[in-house]
This record gives sequence, C-alpha cells and structure tokens, in this order.
Amino acid sequence: MSAQIFHDHETDFGHKARWITSRVAIYGILILWAIICLFPIYWTITTTFKAAPDVMQGNMIPWVDFTPKWLGLRSLGLSPETIFNESTVRDEFMKRLTNSTVTAVGASVIAVMLGSTAAYGLSRFSYRFGPMKNSDISFFFLSQLILPPVVLALPFLVLYKSLALLDTRIGLILLYALTTLPIVIWIMRDQFGSIPTELEEAAFVDGLSIWGAYFTIILPIALPGMVASFILSLVLTWNEYFFAALLTSTNAKTLPVMLASQTGSQGISWWSMAALSFAAILPLIVIGILLERYIIKGMAAGAVK
Amino acid sequence: MEPEGDRLHVVTTENISDARRNFGNILVYGSAAIMFLVAGLQSLDSNNILDIGFVTWRPTLYAALVWMVCLSAGQVIVRGEQGKRTLFILPAALFVGAMVVFPLIFALGIAFSDWNLSSPNGRQFNGFDNVRQMWNDPFYWNSLTNMVWYTLAIFVEYIIAFGIAVLLNAEIRARKFFRVSFLLPLMLSPVAVSWMIGKSMLEVRFGPIARLARELGWDSPSFFGSPEIARASIMMMDAWTFIPFMMIMILAGLQAIPTELREAARVDGAGPWRAFWEVTFPLMLPVSITAVLIRIIFKLKLADIIINVTSGGPGGATDSVTSFIFREYRDRSNVGYGTLLAIFYLVLIVIAMTILMKLADRWMRPRY
Repeated sequence: MSAQIFHDHETDFGHKARWITSRVAIYGILILWAIICLFPIYWTITTTFKAAPDVMQGNMIPWVDFTPKWLGLRSLGLSPETIFNESTVRDEFMKRLTNSTVTAVGASVIAVMLGSTAAYGLSRFSYRFGPMKNSDISFFFLSQLILPPVVLALPFLVLYKSLALLDTRIGLILLYALTTLPIVIWIMRDQFGSIPTELEEAAFVDGLSIWGAYFTIILPIALPGMVASFILSLVLTWNEYFFAALLTSTNAKTLPVMLASQTGSQGISWWSMAALSFAAILPLIVIGILLERYIIKGMAAGAVK
Repeated sequence: MEPEGDRLHVVTTENISDARRNFGNILVYGSAAIMFLVAGLQSLDSNNILDIGFVTWRPTLYAALVWMVCLSAGQVIVRGEQGKRTLFILPAALFVGAMVVFPLIFALGIAFSDWNLSSPNGRQFNGFDNVRQMWNDPFYWNSLTNMVWYTLAIFVEYIIAFGIAVLLNAEIRARKFFRVSFLLPLMLSPVAVSWMIGKSMLEVRFGPIARLARELGWDSPSFFGSPEIARASIMMMDAWTFIPFMMIMILAGLQAIPTELREAARVDGAGPWRAFWEVTFPLMLPVSITAVLIRIIFKLKLADIIINVTSGGPGGATDSVTSFIFREYRDRSNVGYGTLLAIFYLVLIVIAMTILMKLADRWMRPRY
C-alpha cells in the first residue's frame, strides 16, 4: 500500500503557483505603499538628529550611517542638556503649542456640542421654519462644507478688527468651530439615526423630559460617534493654517503659522525645521495610531447607507 | 426621503398661562429692541453723528448674544414642549447664521468697493470697477484654469485609492498595520508636509527623492522649475495627504458588500476581473460618487501647500484661487478686490457643485 493512488492534477499545481504570485503582488504593492506613506515621517524624525554633513551625504539609518545628535531638539531648547535652562525659543514654541491646543480643543468641543444637539433634533423631529423643512435645514448646515475659506477670510478680518477679536484665541475658536460643524452634523446624524426611538419612549414613560432623555440615555449610546467627530475636528483644526495666517499675528499665532514663518527663511538648519515639523505632527501621529478605529468610523459615516 | 411627521412622538398637555406667554414675548422682543438700539447708536457713533465714545463694536456683539440667549429661552417659555424641541437646533442655526450669513452679506458690500487696508482713504463704493478689473486679470483666470487641472487629478487619486482599498479588503495579514500606516498622511498638517516633502525631500541637492531621481537617470532633477512639473509636484503632495481619505470611504463601502454576492458571481462562472466590473464596481458606485464629491469640495480649498512651497510660482503656474487671493491680500492689502474674487469663486463653485450633485443623483439611481 505504498503506491500513491490519488495524484493532484497538473491544473491544481497551476493554481498554487498563481496563488503565490498573487500573494507576492498584493504584499509587494501594500509594502511599497506603506513605504510611500511612512518614509516622509521617518525622514523628518531622523533629520531632527542629523548634523549638516549627514544631511548632505544622504545618510538614512541612525547608528549605522550616522550618529544621532541632539541638534534639532537643542535648537528648540528641548534636548536633555538644555531642558532645564532658560530658552526663549522654547518659550516661543510652548506658547504656540498651547495656542494650537487651546484653539483645537475649544473649537472641537463647541462644534461637537452644537452639532450633536442639532443632529439629534434633525434625526427625531420634523421642523418647519417658514418654507424650510428638515431636509432643507440639513442642507443648510451641510452646505457650509462647500464654502471656501477665502470667502469668509477677508470679511472676518474686517469684522474681527472692529470687534477687537483679531489675534485672539476666542476669535479663532469660533471660526474653527464653524468650519468643523458640518462634519460633526454629518457624522452625528448618521449615529443618531441608528439609535431606535423606543429608548426615548421608554425614558418618557419613566418620567424623563426630552432633554433629560437626550443627556442621560442617548448621548452615552452615541459616544463613539461623538468621539469620532471630536477627533476629526481636532485633526482639522490642529492643522488649519489659512485662517490662522490671516487672523493672528503675535498673541494667538498657532504652531502651523510658526512653522510656515520658519520655512520662509530657508537656511541650512534642517535639523531645527525637522524638529519643528516633527513636533507639529507628533500629537496627530499618536492620535492616529491609538484612535485609528474612531477616525475610520467617522470618515466612513455616511459613505454606506 | 424624509418621512413626514416626527420619528419620536411625544404627547403632552400644554397649559401655558397668558402671563407666561407675555413674559416670553417681552423677553424676546425686548432683547431684540435693545440689540437694535445698541447697533443703531454704534453706527451713529461710527459715522461721527453722535459722540458717545465707543472704541470697538463689542457692545453690539454682546447685545446680539443676549438676544440669542433670550430667543432660545423664549422658545421654551412661549411654546412649551414644542419650544424644547426647537431648542435642539436653534443654537447651531443661530451660530451658523451669525458666522456665515451675516459675514456673507457684509462680504457683498466689501466686494463692490475700493478698499485697501493700507491706504488711509478707507472704504469707497466703486460699483463694478472690481468686476472689470477681474475680467482683465490674466493671473486670476490662470488660477481658475489651474483649479480645473487640480480637480481633474482627483480621478487618478480615485483609481489609486480604489486599488489600495481593494487590496486592504483582501485576505491579508497585518491588516491593522497597513491600515494605520496608510491613514497617517491624512493626519499631518499641510504646512508640515510642505516642509517635509516640498522643501526637504524634493530639495534639489540633498533631498532623497532628488537622489532617487538621479539614480534613475534624471540628470538634473528640478521639481519646481518648469510649470508642468511644478504643478504635478503640487498635485502629488496633495494626493499623498488625501488619498487615505478616499481609501477609507471606499474600504467602508467594500466591507458593506455582502460576500454572498461575490460568491454568487463566482458560482455563475465569473472570473475575478468580470466579477469586479459587473458586481463590485456597480455596487460601489454610490460610495465612489460620494467620496469623489467630498474630495472635490476639499480640493477646491487647496492652498496651504501652494502658499508654503511655491507661493504660486513659477509664474503663477501652481496658483490655486485661494493662494492667489491670499497673496493679493498679503502683498497689497487689497480687501475689496480680493473679496470680489472670492465671491465670484463661490458663485462658480455653487453652480458647478449643483450641476455635479444633480448628475450624481441621476447616476446613483439604481438601474434594475
């Protein structure tokens, strides 16, 4: 009984070969694209620790091609030996970082609060303001998305000047909240639409008012959507440059504006530019890696009906 | 279709006394009167008819805020349960109204006046002079043509995004790693990207991409020298940051397709190529159109990278409308003319998006 009775047909081997080639092709393309996505980030991080000759020779791999130095972080006053000393650059940098954080968080909080209540109302009740019905009101909110920032920028410049809101954080926060509001409403409308109304009806029977039901029953269920829209607004407002460049000068300047003003003077201090860019993107990379699930959920909302 | 009537029915007995109703009405109309009074006094003051000594327009702002709060409270006081429902969308509507509608009307006023912030004359109404100037401004029309090119690039981005999404949806290992790393470019600030890629990696002497180009046989790589190559470089940088966005939307669409459909196609003898074109792609059409439309909206705002990498050069070849108006303001403080250009751009966008959405509506309707 040693002779093999059943043999694989030749076409089956063909399948195997084709399967292997397709695997190689798939992983090849995926890895290539991963390199395209990650290399600029890797380049920025390593350049932070490069001296001028390392940059010019195109050294890539730390400890193999070149020895990492604290040049980039030292120029920001953040390297181990300078961190306890006085540093004007660091103070400036920390000020910009605080501005960016305050404006991004403040605007996202406002947008999520206003947007989720509005989205809840739109998903539950039918309104009628003159000729405007629910679908028109939704369109009114969502259509803000196509408004290009230039249209608002110059009127706001003049308005803020006469309101003494130019170069203040609160002015920037209000404007940012406006730009992210449509996105929040878009995501939250989707989220509330998937929550059955029986939950509120049960809450009414238990004696809760409509706002009571909203805060105690619905919001906790809709939390994933709120987190998703909060993070998306955070990303958009943290990165915003256009309004910040026009409406701020000394006090409320954010990190991207600081970065852009350094780009203009293109000196040889690559490491300091790299350190600044790295600092500007680091919080978002961390958020992206840790909260990727929510970001994808937020962006996929409305894509699938 | 929006269903008629409320999804959530609430039956309530309303007994709102006349006194309560009157109080609510007085609150709303009274605060409105105060707002108009303050605004009127301030405009008289700013036209030097009265001399009260206002420094800024803050008092009007505060009066308007008070009116908004009173209006919201008045809803509940006058209309009871119905008012509580209105309260859900009223704050957002007031916010958007104050921040968009009012500035837009204001912008129309600015657009038809000669107003240079650096000149001492202040604002002067000049009728259609700005329109005539726009008509004869070759750089503005050039930036509009550039926007058409930038928008057309979306189709290439779409094909790449679709391809990657299909691969991510296949049976692969380390899917989470790939997904996170493909997502990361979207998280980065365009200004940082301008430096990371535009100024350092594309740097002609030491940039790694320039090195790679030399290795591949391009003797003297220059990414922002000639108009066409400069435009292509900007397109690539913008694509790099935004492909993840379309990829995620398409991936979500792909994951929503039931596997039975693809299995049924296989049982019916369709090869992978035919199954893709006759099952997957038609099913993905609605998602694709949504993704492309949103991407177009974002593309029309393109400015940060251009401002920071090329500032429109060489010779305006990479200018987008937004970056052009940005420089018009930065270099010449020309608020009036800049606003007219922006308003005209908005009108063009609204017309184009309306046509596109009508067409999309027709394409998305299922044909079976």
